[in-house]
Amino acid sequence: MTPQTEEAVNTFSKELALHAYRQMLRIRMFEEQVNELYTRALMPGLAHLYSGEEAIAVGICEALKKEDYVTSTHRGHGHCLAKGATPNLMFAELLGKEAGYCHGKGGSMHIADPATGNLGANAIVGGSMGIATGAAFSSKYLKNDLVAVCFFGEGALGQGLLYEVLNIAQLWKLPVIYVCENNLYNEYTHYSETTAGDICARATAFGVKAETVDGQDVQAVYSKAKQLIDDARAGGGPAFLLCNTYRYTGHHVGDINRDYYRTKQEEQEWKTRRDPILLHGERLLHEGFTDKATLDALESEVREEMKAAVEFAIAAPYPALEEVEMHVYA
Amino acid sequence: MPDTTDRELTFAQAVREALAEEMRHDSRVCILGEDVAEAGTPFKVLSGLVEEFGTNRVFDTPISEAGFTGIAVGAAMTGIRPVVDIMFGDFLTLTMDQMVNQAAKIHYMSGGKWKVPMVLRTTLGASRRSAAQHSQSLHAWLCHVPGLKVVIPSTPADAKGLLKTAIRDENPVIFFEDKMMHHKLKGPVPTGEYTIPLGVAEVKRIGKDISLIATSSMVQVALGAADMLAEIGISAEVVDPRTLWPLDEKTLIDSAKKTSRAIVIDEGYGRYGVTSELASVISEGAFYDLDGPVLRMGAMHVPIPFSPPLEDLTVPTEKMLFDAAKKLCSKS
Repeated sequence: MTPQTEEAVNTFSKELALHAYRQMLRIRMFEEQVNELYTRALMPGLAHLYSGEEAIAVGICEALKKEDYVTSTHRGHGHCLAKGATPNLMFAELLGKEAGYCHGKGGSMHIADPATGNLGANAIVGGSMGIATGAAFSSKYLKNDLVAVCFFGEGALGQGLLYEVLNIAQLWKLPVIYVCENNLYNEYTHYSETTAGDICARATAFGVKAETVDGQDVQAVYSKAKQLIDDARAGGGPAFLLCNTYRYTGHHVGDINRDYYRTKQEEQEWKTRRDPILLHGERLLHEGFTDKATLDALESEVREEMKAAVEFAIAAPYPALEEVEMHVYA
Repeated sequence: MPDTTDRELTFAQAVREALAEEMRHDSRVCILGEDVAEAGTPFKVLSGLVEEFGTNRVFDTPISEAGFTGIAVGAAMTGIRPVVDIMFGDFLTLTMDQMVNQAAKIHYMSGGKWKVPMVLRTTLGASRRSAAQHSQSLHAWLCHVPGLKVVIPSTPADAKGLLKTAIRDENPVIFFEDKMMHHKLKGPVPTGEYTIPLGVAEVKRIGKDISLIATSSMVQVALGAADMLAEIGISAEVVDPRTLWPLDEKTLIDSAKKTSRAIVIDEGYGRYGVTSELASVISEGAFYDLDGPVLRMGAMHVPIPFSPPLEDLTVPTEKMLFDAAKKLCSKS
């Protein structure tokens, strides 16, 4: 173990490790309910699930302060929860209810929450890169020491905006971390068919430091993120973090027959051997931080939390029709 | 607006004065764009601002319209009031995701939780022999998008008062300046602090026989045509909406009701453009008081050509407007 990773392990206390486990479970259980709602036709629109990628959102967000900014993607439930959002209001938003984070005007792909620094999920692939960089710009301008994290999938590597803002962020030394979640598939196409060259070299070409981390290991993600975020906050400028991960389900919930782009065997291997929650649970047990019964109880507790949140959302009223013309202008 | 004085400023000087006043007034106001600092933009509209406010307020960006416009959106959401400079309106095309899908939508999609108080200043207008990618007037595109406000001043005094209001507005505002007016157009500008509300048209010349509804540089064209019409005994009223969204429908409709005839003139393309919208507003609001159809005059539906005699054909002129107005008045 190098001194650096030793230090990182030490910063991942028992308390934080247990909390991270709980947060990952909450994302997983939240999405179980989303899948349930969607397949029962109770949820309108589209549902893009994050299951399999939980360690990234949790590892990164645990390294952030509550006031720090994040921007998210169309696959954004995990980032939103990890940054501190409340499941009741998220489910209400997913169902288009007045009680939702955006009064039901955003839905699954657009949840935003100023209270937790969530600048919003974005349904344009790569669309939030300017916004995250702008939040970092304002942090530097206002000298408030906040950091912005821009989450995006590897599909967004094809968008030119990334390269425009990487250039500016490095020139102006902005405190922004570009977190690329490589779940291997740009919608329905393997990234190897869309992505030339080396991913991290895209950032290093601009002089932006780039790191790669196992996106299934919440502790590794946290440790790496903590270094990069602390450095950005101290004026070290932007960073790029490549997190290798896997998307358990289809591009969206309706993407059921996926044989033409990936095998069931591949999915099964990731789910059984590389699952971030299973891996972290094993670590907790191995370290003696907890026991199996406690983990099982935690799972039941979180599942109940999510069921109750769904019930809240189902019972909540829709917005008044007058809302349709509200909030077009501030 | 306070009393006007003898002081005359060019359009560019008025814009610069508005920016300087707002930057003194509010430390959150900053400028982002290509060659905005020492160069003061190629049109020299911003000359002197970096000298007063420094490079921590006036930011020269790379040639990355989408990038720095997106940065302005995020900065506006998080406590800054950026003014973005897009050198030629043609380059708006490069910012469209940031303006149309991001800036315009964020307040609504977040249920009113986030605001985007930014201004995007850009230019419109042909007649500089700049060819098809530096001559377009694309303001109609932005008017089509709920969530954006669109300002299109025609005089130095309006430019100053409207720009100050735009900077203080809590929404994304697009501010269009005709690049031919920057240094050629001079006018009285009040010395004291003043702002002009968005959504209030102004009657630039009172008349009784026909309403010429004109925007930006076409206001001068309309005033010139009105002089020509006066010589043949036709009294033309010239109305400038000043902001296309919000739009002061009432002033336009009232003028058309009074005169019973209207021509709408704007430098954007005539087809599917600003003139179409304004003509519809007037037709719907004043139909039973009209003595003829509301006519539209805009740019020809062609990419703006380079060759001087060809380019000159594409944009409405005083003579064209005079002829159309004379014909409309004689028919009814």
